[in-house]
Amino acid sequence: MTPSINENARITLTVNGESKDVLFAPNKTLLEVLREDLCLTGTKHGCELGECGACAVLMNGRPVLSCLVLGLECDGATVETIEGLADDARLHPLQEAFADCGAAQCGYCTPGFLVTAKALLDERPSATRGEITEALSGNLCRCTGYIQIFEAVEEAAAKMDAKENE
Amino acid sequence: MMRAGRFHYVAAKSPAEAASALADGGGKAMLLAGGTDLVPNMKRRQQMPEIVVSLRQVSELRQLHIDGETTIGAGVTLADIVRDPRLRQHGALFRAAAQVATPLIRNSATIGGNLCLDTRCNYYNQNYEWRQAIDFCKKAPGPAAVAIESVVNDGDGTCWVAPSSPRCWAVSSSDSAPALIALGARVSLLSSKDGEREIPLEALFHDDGMRYMTKRPDEVLTRVTIPHDGVKSTYWKLRRRGSFDFPALGVAAALRLGTGGIVEHARIVLGAVASRPLLLSESSLLVGRTLTDDAIAEFVDATAKWAKPLDNTDFLMTWRKQVSKLFLAGVLRELRGDDVETFPLLARRASNVGEAVW
Amino acid sequence: MSGHRVVGKPRRRVDGRAKVTGQTRFADDLQFPRTLHCKLLRSPHPHARIVSIDTSHANLAPGVHLILTGRDFPVTFGILPVSMDEEPLCRDKVRMVGDAVAAVIAATEEEAAAACELIDVAYEPLKTIADPLEALANEEPRIHDHGDHGNVHKKVALEFGDVDASLAAADHVFDDTFFYEGNTHLALEQHAAVALLDPDGRLTLHSSTQVPHYVHRQVARALEIPAHKLRVVAAPNGGGFGGKTDVFNHEIIVAKAALITGRPVRICLTREEVFLCHRGRHPVLMRLRTGVKSDGSIVAMDLETLLDGGAYGSYGVASTFYTGQLQTVTYHVPRYRFRGCRTFTNKPPCGPKRGHGTPQPRFGQEVQLDKIAIALGRDPADLRLQQLEQPGALTANYMRLGTIALKQCIEKVVEGSGWRDKWQRLPDGRGIGIACSAYLCGAGLPIYWNDLPHSGVQLKLDRSGLVTLFCGATEVGQGSDDVLAGIVAEVLGVAPHEIKLLTGDTDLTPVDLGSYSSRVTLMAGNAAIQAAERARAIIAAGVSAKLGIPEDRLVFADGRVFDAEDPAQGLSFQDAVIVAEGKHGIIGTTGSYRPAVSAAKYKGGGVGPSPSYSYSASVVEVEVDRTSGWVEVKKVWIAHDIGIALNPVLARGQVEGSVYMALGEALMEESAMRRLPARLSNALVHKFPSMLEYKSPTTMEMPEIETYLIEEPEPDGPFGAKEVGQGPLLPIMPAIANAIFDAVGVRIDEIPITPDKIFKALREQAQGRSPRVGPDSFPAIEWGEVSIVPPPSEGGDGRAINEKPRKSKVVDSGVRLAPDSPGANVGDGVKR
Repeated sequence: MTPSINENARITLTVNGESKDVLFAPNKTLLEVLREDLCLTGTKHGCELGECGACAVLMNGRPVLSCLVLGLECDGATVETIEGLADDARLHPLQEAFADCGAAQCGYCTPGFLVTAKALLDERPSATRGEITEALSGNLCRCTGYIQIFEAVEEAAAKMDAKENE
Repeated sequence: MMRAGRFHYVAAKSPAEAASALADGGGKAMLLAGGTDLVPNMKRRQQMPEIVVSLRQVSELRQLHIDGETTIGAGVTLADIVRDPRLRQHGALFRAAAQVATPLIRNSATIGGNLCLDTRCNYYNQNYEWRQAIDFCKKAPGPAAVAIESVVNDGDGTCWVAPSSPRCWAVSSSDSAPALIALGARVSLLSSKDGEREIPLEALFHDDGMRYMTKRPDEVLTRVTIPHDGVKSTYWKLRRRGSFDFPALGVAAALRLGTGGIVEHARIVLGAVASRPLLLSESSLLVGRTLTDDAIAEFVDATAKWAKPLDNTDFLMTWRKQVSKLFLAGVLRELRGDDVETFPLLARRASNVGEAVW
Repeated sequence: MSGHRVVGKPRRRVDGRAKVTGQTRFADDLQFPRTLHCKLLRSPHPHARIVSIDTSHANLAPGVHLILTGRDFPVTFGILPVSMDEEPLCRDKVRMVGDAVAAVIAATEEEAAAACELIDVAYEPLKTIADPLEALANEEPRIHDHGDHGNVHKKVALEFGDVDASLAAADHVFDDTFFYEGNTHLALEQHAAVALLDPDGRLTLHSSTQVPHYVHRQVARALEIPAHKLRVVAAPNGGGFGGKTDVFNHEIIVAKAALITGRPVRICLTREEVFLCHRGRHPVLMRLRTGVKSDGSIVAMDLETLLDGGAYGSYGVASTFYTGQLQTVTYHVPRYRFRGCRTFTNKPPCGPKRGHGTPQPRFGQEVQLDKIAIALGRDPADLRLQQLEQPGALTANYMRLGTIALKQCIEKVVEGSGWRDKWQRLPDGRGIGIACSAYLCGAGLPIYWNDLPHSGVQLKLDRSGLVTLFCGATEVGQGSDDVLAGIVAEVLGVAPHEIKLLTGDTDLTPVDLGSYSSRVTLMAGNAAIQAAERARAIIAAGVSAKLGIPEDRLVFADGRVFDAEDPAQGLSFQDAVIVAEGKHGIIGTTGSYRPAVSAAKYKGGGVGPSPSYSYSASVVEVEVDRTSGWVEVKKVWIAHDIGIALNPVLARGQVEGSVYMALGEALMEESAMRRLPARLSNALVHKFPSMLEYKSPTTMEMPEIETYLIEEPEPDGPFGAKEVGQGPLLPIMPAIANAIFDAVGVRIDEIPITPDKIFKALREQAQGRSPRVGPDSFPAIEWGEVSIVPPPSEGGDGRAINEKPRKSKVVDSGVRLAPDSPGANVGDGVKR
């Protein structure tokens, strides 16, 4: 159970709906495991110290910073990354809205924003602008000035709501 | 990529198991709760535990009870505190929790972790290479030293905040600690050797940047208990941005007002101006008085001396000192019932938690 | 514009899907089998001689494949040919904390980092130079042995007309000093690069760079290999803002390591290392003297700037000129003197950040205009409107202007903000301020002398109906790919998303100089139009022959080619291509763009000229807390003279993103340094090299922004378009400073404007002293001989009368070559 310092760790976790056994250096964080050992490079890194929000993923449904979660802590966890957001080839309404509204410029912070926004709308489908601003306040974006991101979340919420009421 | 050093990992299943793992570690083990403080510190090599004792699987620490008192397990996340409407009665706690770091961090960070938050400093919260370029500091002196919670070298290194001082001036940067001290909270500490002890929260802290806690390295902080004594409370935070930033000043206050607005009970606490939260003994001067403008001004005059900010956080220290007076007056005005919306800009900002979701 | 089907319509950017699915592959996302990992050992000393480097222990460390030191890199490099003063790894001395002295290439990043610590470097510390005043005062020790003298890197002095005479004759002379602290780009993506050998043994370097062409030249040169044996691929950048427009040592190092090991070698800098690479905004101290008539009209301006360059040249010579050269393009300045001085210091090197060298003097100029207006009892908006420079004008320093819609910009923000009802009329603590600005649409000259096209586009059309576009332009988030696709789509009548783009690859794409100086839309855009028009001509010839419809009646739209007079008559685009391919042969076309030759013939006149200039005006409303000095921006109104918005969604994003970055600069961001007490330590370090302590505004800081895109087509721009990526940043800082004055009557002549400064000024005000915080003086600098260039209005010809004539290095045609046959070489200033 407790690997020695130089022995690889092994865990099983569910990533984007698929169960994965993964072997990795035991000092790695979830961020490193995702990018380096599972080749899921959609999750980005801007500081690796919890200071930018680029590496956000959903862990057991909650948006967390993967750079601050030890890989060893993820045994048995359910993790959702940007790669799992679309429903097969059909983009999530948030993805559509981000693409359409100019919410992604360079795209580097985008995965972190998208998973955080998804968690918000999962919990509060008709989030207010104030709630969106607050919920996304742990994700830095240097390109957009955030406003088109807010608008994209609102547009996605409206579309999801309309679909719900169909 | 910043990477943590290597360590042994122990996943505790119960508080007792965690305590016993700490005892076995003989001072080389550290507890891992949310990881939002320890993991970056490990990556920057400020803290390099040989053994990491994980609390993630200790469900007992994530329990919350509200009856005659409020008991919050140390493993309850700050996000859970923010989103639980029953905890809004503890205004200072809610305000403090909602202003810690970011929503993403609050989803991982625990109340126990925030209380035990390592003290911070502009010269300490830096990468190893940066600290090497200043020849390190007293709190983490040099490559050989293993800086672990409460296990520190004496005498080595210079405190660059105050180079002639024999001590370390790293600053207590917890938001929840001043809030919970104002609320009269107690914490429980468990060790394999001595079992459980409960102490007033203010007794958890030392005024020393290195040895900032009275908690022994073999003790697990298991829960915090808040009495229900009819107080109204608040917490104001000074930070550059409306998110991410640690407090450059925190002021918590809890008052019980009787008929005619007479103060029956008062606890006012300053955060982020010293190596521990400062419970102001002058709080008692307010008891028996009504919170007139004069009474507030007298209180501020009597207590402003305690805020001695140093150049160890964001903002100019002289300016922080000025703001501490504004905040001390502000929290009292808020609690006597003044409309916060009419307060000056910085006061409105410091007392506003927006529409916190998590 | 009427009749356009793609241009001007809001639409999803062509790379939108890739970015929202996480499929955009940034440099650090590239994974290759057998990759080795590189870590750099960096100096902990700000200035020191390297006595010895012992790698013997590190060589034996687990996983280590290769260790490189300065001895392995005999060739120095640098982005500008005049200051190639960087070493991939320092050989004899280090000039800043963070200078790299050794590189370890190992099986894992962890092993590489561990081995770095086993390298033993002996240093002999040298005296450090911490700021420009120290640099001016201390000729020794010299940080570099190049530069003008001592620790002065570059001094420039230009005078256009007799400024002293005009100032003496002016009704009023305003004399102000300002300071603008340095700040950094803070792109979310850390710089990363991976180099590998192709199956055929050629070296390929993937890097997060805005300038693959310049990296290509410099890496080939530094490694002493022929350029055609190196391929540089710019990965999409996770933000650039100018921070990835230099060539970096790590790019050269991994390339060399891949050549030696034969394996892919990657590096990704930590955030702290990115702060050390820097190349951000120069700290600039300024003195600005402006003479005005009694109505506030400018008669002459005299500007001195002192730049803190940091440890290396970088773009510094250009940056120095940029602190002066664009001061004349907004308002009419009949006479102008500009003197600038860049110093070396033992700090991370400064370079180009969004607005390159111009935000600092722009701040001074626009705040001073506000002071002039107040002093003369004029409305600051009117004061600006009365003296706008004229479209097409040739300025005193020989900048040839294009269209100018600044009047409309000012009117729009004045109206939108309710300026007339608010200025000087808001309650105490509330204030409103205005400022304007201008910026380049691409630098008129490349950074190394040549007369080749600045931008090239190739198109390949095949019988599948697919249009493939090849261009060296680099997507850094600004929408470079989308601009190109949109333009070609418009010309050929297909949908932008149906165009396949291949960009930023020196093997496969024609040269484009890169994503800097706001040049891509105008320059690559014009090249794209030329290539697309040539393709259209080929297709039109084929369709005309097949259907018997005159070529000039053919319309390309909606995926078809058809008769304007009888739309039913026509072919699908694919069929049209097939027909044309049958008649013409395989269809491939090119387009090129080179700006017209500048009128500025004096030394230094290469910096500032541009095919056109964009203009912006902004009004900012603030609330200031008198009890604490805290300031909050309540709302920003900004109008930008964009020519034409090719994709309004992206254009608005550039404006808002510029405003965002400007808010950070104005109020909280600073690349401050920390020097420890000299009696105890020699340390000189970056104060806050982290995302947490370098204060980038969050969602919580964003005010409402009202954006107006002012569309007046620029004849030299593609479909009339001008730049939008940088200009809108410029007016925000001075507008905030002016609004703070309007709110509480204090002047903060310094950036960033932090609450402690406002608080201090308010205290001064309360005590009846000058309510101002800012620098007190500008040092006396020995400027040497000033180049005297009579302005056009005084009979000048663009040359300095006291300067030795230079050999002409550029084809001085001044003629726009008309696009001729498909495949023609150069077609400047494409006309449509």
